[in-house]
Amino acid sequence: MAVTRTDNLLPGDWPEEGVSRVPFWIYSDPEIYRREQELIFGGKSWNYVALTVEVPEPGDFKRSFAGDKPVVVTRDLDGGLNVFVNRCAHRGVQFCRRQLGNTREFICPYHQWTYDLQGELIGVPFRRGVKKQGGMPADFELKDHGLQRLSVAERHGVIFASFDPEVAPLEAYLGATMIEYFDRVFDGRALRVLGYSRQHIPSNWKLMFENIKDPYHASLLHVFLVSFGLFRADQPSAVKMDQTGRHACLISRRGEQKTSAATADMRNLRTDFTLEDPRLLDPVREFPGDATVVMQTLWPNLVIQQQSNTLAMRHIVPQGPSAFRLDWTFFGYADDSEEMVTRRLRQANLMGPAGLVSLDDSEIMRMSQMGTDPYPDAVGVLEMGGRDTHDEDHMVTEAAVRAFYGHYREVMGL
Amino acid sequence: MTGAARFELKLELQELYDAYVTCLDDNDLESWPDFFTDDCFYQIIPRENWDNGLPLATLRCESKAMLRDRVVSLRETSLYAPRYTRHLVSALRITGTDDGVIRTQANYCVLETVVDEATKVFNAGRYLDVVVREGERLRFKEKHCVFDSVIVPTSLVYPI
Repeated sequence: MAVTRTDNLLPGDWPEEGVSRVPFWIYSDPEIYRREQELIFGGKSWNYVALTVEVPEPGDFKRSFAGDKPVVVTRDLDGGLNVFVNRCAHRGVQFCRRQLGNTREFICPYHQWTYDLQGELIGVPFRRGVKKQGGMPADFELKDHGLQRLSVAERHGVIFASFDPEVAPLEAYLGATMIEYFDRVFDGRALRVLGYSRQHIPSNWKLMFENIKDPYHASLLHVFLVSFGLFRADQPSAVKMDQTGRHACLISRRGEQKTSAATADMRNLRTDFTLEDPRLLDPVREFPGDATVVMQTLWPNLVIQQQSNTLAMRHIVPQGPSAFRLDWTFFGYADDSEEMVTRRLRQANLMGPAGLVSLDDSEIMRMSQMGTDPYPDAVGVLEMGGRDTHDEDHMVTEAAVRAFYGHYREVMGL
Repeated sequence: MTGAARFELKLELQELYDAYVTCLDDNDLESWPDFFTDDCFYQIIPRENWDNGLPLATLRCESKAMLRDRVVSLRETSLYAPRYTRHLVSALRITGTDDGVIRTQANYCVLETVVDEATKVFNAGRYLDVVVREGERLRFKEKHCVFDSVIVPTSLVYPI
């Protein structure tokens, strides 16, 4: 899988300390970005693209992205799922402009090349010419000019796509540990989309993954979260990874609103903080086991958020080295009571662009980019919890970030 | 409603909106909840969700107490870069005056100036509101900020 370094286009070598160091050029270098698109998002990866409930009926489609590449997810007339590029085979026009919809065919507005729901080219105007003039060459075959198709995999209502047909089967790609936590939220019940939230964050896409793989910051930066005991360093917790280190789960449970040795280092903690209207935080247990928060990061573009009763897919769409788009799809289950729906909508105040928790993260990611961009030759330190990449049963570790970079280096040949 | 009464109400509403956005742009967040009734509903919601009947809001408060909680959380727990906002409101219309409530709508545009950055159009949309009279004051019983801007730049810190 690793590529051979055959040129000197890259800005430098990875520091000899290994994954306990991160060179800052990986956040801003254009050649690194180009290779990430090719080797990570375009390689043997399953990119999250949609929820099945977004395309339930024949003819349904959704615009999406795999890495920074625009794609379309469709359900064809036979009920099959298809993912193909949102780029006309003729002149490259991005032909699908609606987020969601239902159609029998896609017609490129430029020269009206027409594709079916599987991305096959089914019509080219003036193919035989007009009045015996012009037209396509006699050997022009429609079947040779369909839309580039991606491999598709679906598990319990979640759709993934890959540019590389030799990608491992989804279950093997995720691994048993990740499937256990994936199936905790996606247990086969029908889902209900509650709405979307879209955000542009001026930072490198990897900083989003680092953020969700880093429980160290969660106990310190997120005063709201810790003040209400939703996530804190002194609660029974775990960091679990798959065998490659590319995926991870941060698992914890709700605790008390109190001070302790774990909060003594938190300069901004507000233990006296109470809500005038406590309906904002009225979580009920809905998943088996003790965990009340599981944040799962799936390589290369997905965060599955389960914080109390707020559930969301966070779809990472890189937009150049220094920016990414974050598309949030908040959801619940089709059989949720109205009370549960309202609870999810209230708790969504913690997440998204105005989230009482995630607002801190978007601001910090912007500040990280501002700090690292001008200093590509500087190096960051990842030594909390040691220098290795093993699972941990506590929150005071950066092991999952190190493991992520272990896999990243392998795929990128760095 | 006579023409004169309607004109007077329009002026009164204009004063309400002017005071409301001045309060926000002065960053006097502690006074912001006073523009609402105790049982108010306030949300900032993407048009994409609003038009498709999807209930998820970017920010949702179901009482004046929740508005106050939001202000205290922002002041005491959140981390964000310093910024100024400037609200421009236009095309204020009275769309109904039934059942003792006044229904209004208006266009808004929020300009945001984050430290070290050029001023940008941060958010543009419509206020779809329900206003009621409480004693001498008009207050928002409902305020739906439905924004056209598909993508929120970095973060939505202050109310709209």
